Amino acid sequence: MMSTSLAPRKLFDQNWKRIIFWGSICALSQVFICLVGLPAELDRRILIKSTLSLGYLFIIWVPLVFGYVVSKMVELEGIENPKPGPADLLSGAVTGLLGGLGLVILMLGIDNFDLRDPLLNWNPRLFRLLTFENGIGFGSMVWLLSGVGLGTLGAALHQMTSRIRKMIAYATFGLFILAVLEDVIDDLSEGLRLEWLSDMIYDKKGGVTVTSAIVIAVVLALIPMVTRGKIKEKVTQYRSNEEPGDQQRNSIILFALVAVVFLVLPWFLGGIVNELLANVGLFLLLALGLNIVVGLAGLLDLGYVAFFAVGGYTTAVFTSPNSPWFSPETHFGISLLAVVVMATLAGLLIGAPVIRMRGDYLAIVTLGFGEIIRLLFLSDWLKPYLGGSQGITNIPGIDLGPWEVRGADPRSVFYMVLAFCVLAIYVSWRLQGSRLGRAWMAIREDESVAEVMGINTVNSKLMAFVVGAVLASFSGAVLAAKVGSVFPKSFEILVSIIILVVVIVGGMGSITGVMVGSLVLIGILGGPRQPGLLQEFQNYKLLIYGALLVFMMLKRPEGLVPTARRTRELHQEEYLQDAWLGDDDSDQQEEAGERV
Amino acid sequence: MSLLEIKNLQITFGGLDALSNLDFAIEEGEIVSVIGPNGAGKTTFFNAISGMISPTSGEIIFDGESVLGLDPNQITEMGIARTFQNVRLFPNMTVLENVMVSQHCRTSQLVVGALFQTKAFKKEEREIRERAEEILSFFGTRLVGYRLDQPAFALSYANRRRLEIARAMATQPRLLLLDEPVAGMNPIETAELTTLIGRLRDEWGFTIVIIEHDMKVVRDVSDRVVVLDHGVPIAQGSYDAVSTNPDVIEAYLGRPVEAKS
Repeated sequence: MMSTSLAPRKLFDQNWKRIIFWGSICALSQVFICLVGLPAELDRRILIKSTLSLGYLFIIWVPLVFGYVVSKMVELEGIENPKPGPADLLSGAVTGLLGGLGLVILMLGIDNFDLRDPLLNWNPRLFRLLTFENGIGFGSMVWLLSGVGLGTLGAALHQMTSRIRKMIAYATFGLFILAVLEDVIDDLSEGLRLEWLSDMIYDKKGGVTVTSAIVIAVVLALIPMVTRGKIKEKVTQYRSNEEPGDQQRNSIILFALVAVVFLVLPWFLGGIVNELLANVGLFLLLALGLNIVVGLAGLLDLGYVAFFAVGGYTTAVFTSPNSPWFSPETHFGISLLAVVVMATLAGLLIGAPVIRMRGDYLAIVTLGFGEIIRLLFLSDWLKPYLGGSQGITNIPGIDLGPWEVRGADPRSVFYMVLAFCVLAIYVSWRLQGSRLGRAWMAIREDESVAEVMGINTVNSKLMAFVVGAVLASFSGAVLAAKVGSVFPKSFEILVSIIILVVVIVGGMGSITGVMVGSLVLIGILGGPRQPGLLQEFQNYKLLIYGALLVFMMLKRPEGLVPTARRTRELHQEEYLQDAWLGDDDSDQQEEAGERV
Repeated sequence: MSLLEIKNLQITFGGLDALSNLDFAIEEGEIVSVIGPNGAGKTTFFNAISGMISPTSGEIIFDGESVLGLDPNQITEMGIARTFQNVRLFPNMTVLENVMVSQHCRTSQLVVGALFQTKAFKKEEREIRERAEEILSFFGTRLVGYRLDQPAFALSYANRRRLEIARAMATQPRLLLLDEPVAGMNPIETAELTTLIGRLRDEWGFTIVIIEHDMKVVRDVSDRVVVLDHGVPIAQGSYDAVSTNPDVIEAYLGRPVEAKS
């Protein structure tokens, strides 16, 4: 099975070309990260008190990863690979060393030349950070040694037993998540009256204390030791035994559990985290709508923000006393009806001319229409009606009898958004399994054949557009009531793109995937204007979004939580192989039957 | 009145006449074969009937009504269904879904029914499913059982051809256009499909037009044969009459070398 029976390579029997290739990429990535300014900016965020900041973490993960990559052997069927040994560690070490060398050169460069004009971050601050304020000799030593060490460690990951690897993974990732989620855990422990817990883990000025970091790492590492994979075994056993009916029941139970958590949790959370959750919800609602258009019907809509804007402006016009032209000051419920009508109209209006386009053409035309809508709101022509660049302000909250939903109370906004999200999830789920959902699927697969098979493609596609538009407009309506004002600049093209990234990274067509995607991207990195959990990332959000998108496209194009269908689609060979191995006998029997 | 009447049909791509002066009629309950060498315009003829391309001039009348200018889905709704020469299933949909989706034009539920799970919606979904299973069981055990939930791309080549026919059957057509249904099948599968084509007419009441290169199949199934060459009909009639027609032999094999005078 494992092709490792050959003796390990000799220590200096290296593929130097490969090592130099990956080593230079390692060095370039580190220099790039430094010059982009990530370390200097993120140095403020302490992960482990006085030992590690997020800024340094961004430099040191690079040699680790490249050490891992360079010593990874290509496994080909039928070809024996030499046993991993010290030679592989050496390749990792040299790669890391080259990475460190890159940083040394950068330091020398900053010390001797002034390139601040084109490169903003070519400055003493970065220099101080890299040299630890101890002179260039000390800094070089540290980076070269740590490069070697981390590169070796990365290479060594291949040679550990899977249990040790798992222990390390649990400890590092657990600690990382704990450190990153500091605000939430602080907030939550306050709500649960467990302040002593967070006081114990975290330092007062931020960051996990060294002692608790060690204790937590050890505890986390013990988890796989104790369980020894039993949990995973149980889960797979449980999964393989269940009937399709049970599966559906289980997913309903799971959804109910998640719903209960989201219903109860906000009571134990403070304002900031609730605000964050409300933002996540708003974008989740948008992403669910776009998921119908892109994921189910396969229409790449890049102007989705237009419907978000229509929802926001309609609510503003109907509820705000400051609306310049028509101001009935109705209740939110009534304005919501108007929102549905307006979104449907907008969906039809934008949809009708563009719906006959296919693929890339559709994407470009919708991109244009998205901008047109924003420019209309901004225009002088509509200024007497919609306020132009001043927008419409003073939008009241949502009066729900005993409760009032307003921006100052993020918890109420969160519940409001949650209700709409549940509605959106229900709509997506029901439509997916209906006649219309099947028609969308067929159109996504092959539009001309779908038409020949009797599907009215124009109507079906318009329907997808309209359903998506209505969901997006709900999000816009809640946003207007939350923020209390709408401006054209809140509806930039960036919103469309970020929602699309959420859908792609989460998993196109997958409701759970979209939920995970918006929680991770919007919750942690932040939306186009809304800060996420890692507020320090504000300036680098787009860089990280882009890098993440490229990485996902290369390594996991089906998304974080894909649907079974999409996985099958993108991994057809594996599926066919499994199917072939799986029903080997039945096929043979059938062949025999055919011959008779 | 004939089920399908083609009058003086002409299709031109640029300067090339893909079809010209095509005139013929298909009676209800007939099985008509269209044969001809490669590039004779057979598939273009199917594309014109199913609305995928519009003819340059001429008239196509189905059941007394012109189909010119209609969208492909409207034509399917009138009762014409087709399969494709290069199998064009919905590869990532399951076998069952492929057949369910093509009942689209015979069903009507939209968003509201799905959202509120109305009685009518549930009834229609059940009927669509039952009908799909009934159609698939027409092909024996090959497309039912565990295959129902397999994606179409996982099927063998012959099964994909069968599924394409099943999908066309699900649109509840009166006229079924089969484009090379046995291409790529082995002799046993071919013989079996030949009987199935006969049963499609006898049991399901379809009128069938079939494009085929396999002359054995053409001989066994067709009531009438139409021969096209370079877009022009050169002969029609019974298989025996057509197969001995010198023009047809010439189109397929070329002119015999004549002695120089």
